[in-house]
Amino acid sequence: MSVQLAYQNGVLTARLFGEIDHHTAREMREAVDDAAQKLKPYRLRLDFSDVPFMDSSGIGLILGRVRLFGFWKGQVVLCGLSPSLYKMVELAGIDGLVAVERRAG
Amino acid sequence: MRPLNEAQFSFPSHSVNESFARAAVTAFLAHLDPTVADLTELKTAVSEAVTNAIVHGYRDAIGTVYISVKLYENGKAVVRIRDKGCGIPDVSQAMEPLYTTGGEDRAGLGFSVMQSFCDGLRVTSRVGVGTTVTLTKYFAPRA
Ligand SMILES: Nc1ncnc2c1ncn2[C@@H]1O[C@H](COP(=O)(O)OP(=O)(O)O)[C@@H](O)[C@H]1O
Ligand SMILES: [Mg+2]
Repeated sequence: MSVQLAYQNGVLTARLFGEIDHHTAREMREAVDDAAQKLKPYRLRLDFSDVPFMDSSGIGLILGRVRLFGFWKGQVVLCGLSPSLYKMVELAGIDGLVAVERRAG
Repeated sequence: MRPLNEAQFSFPSHSVNESFARAAVTAFLAHLDPTVADLTELKTAVSEAVTNAIVHGYRDAIGTVYISVKLYENGKAVVRIRDKGCGIPDVSQAMEPLYTTGGEDRAGLGFSVMQSFCDGLRVTSRVGVGTTVTLTKYFAPRA
């Protein structure tokens, strides 16, 4: 499975596994949206610790979730971004739309 | 100028082939001993162009995506990604940041990524004929 979900105290954490491209993003999106629509969490944490590569489809994945969570004023937080993934996030200029937790260490 | 080394391949536009295509290009260049950052940048740019051929070029049907990689003196790599799909009516508009004709969660950033992660980007396209994207990147020899 490319997504591991955990829910606690209104926070949904989705740990993503593997490369994110247009092909793999679909399954990730469906898994996250399924849980999010049922639980309406006030925060979504997208954990990229186990994502070795992502193209702009990853940005689409993030922005789509920001839009979805906007319906109930939820918030999206990114964590575990490697330097190359962070470069994509910076290039997309979405630092203002989402909170970024820097990788520990 | 004749390339020092080159490779060509093609595949049907199934989205599952996106990862194969970018991995094949980076594998071909591995002997240059590139930095991880440089190689990841080219890999990302190739992924964008291949995805565009699959998602936009062949939006209504499965077609063939053609890729060539050429290596020249001084670590110059040229990757060409070609489709015989629908073509782009206005290339400069398509290349504007955030411009997208849509699709599931498209960010409109593909061309911006290709531009900033490569040293050169050329796009030629004709409606009804197809699109060719040419990416150039220099892999400086490591000291
Ligand atoms: N190979 C192609 N064939 C047809 N149209 C394309 C092609 N590549 C890009 N386009 C057009 O250019 C637009 C912008 O592309 P891009 O910057 O990658 O953003 P996105 O793919 O997220 O839409 C696309 O939405 C599409 O309309
Ligand atoms: Mg694109």
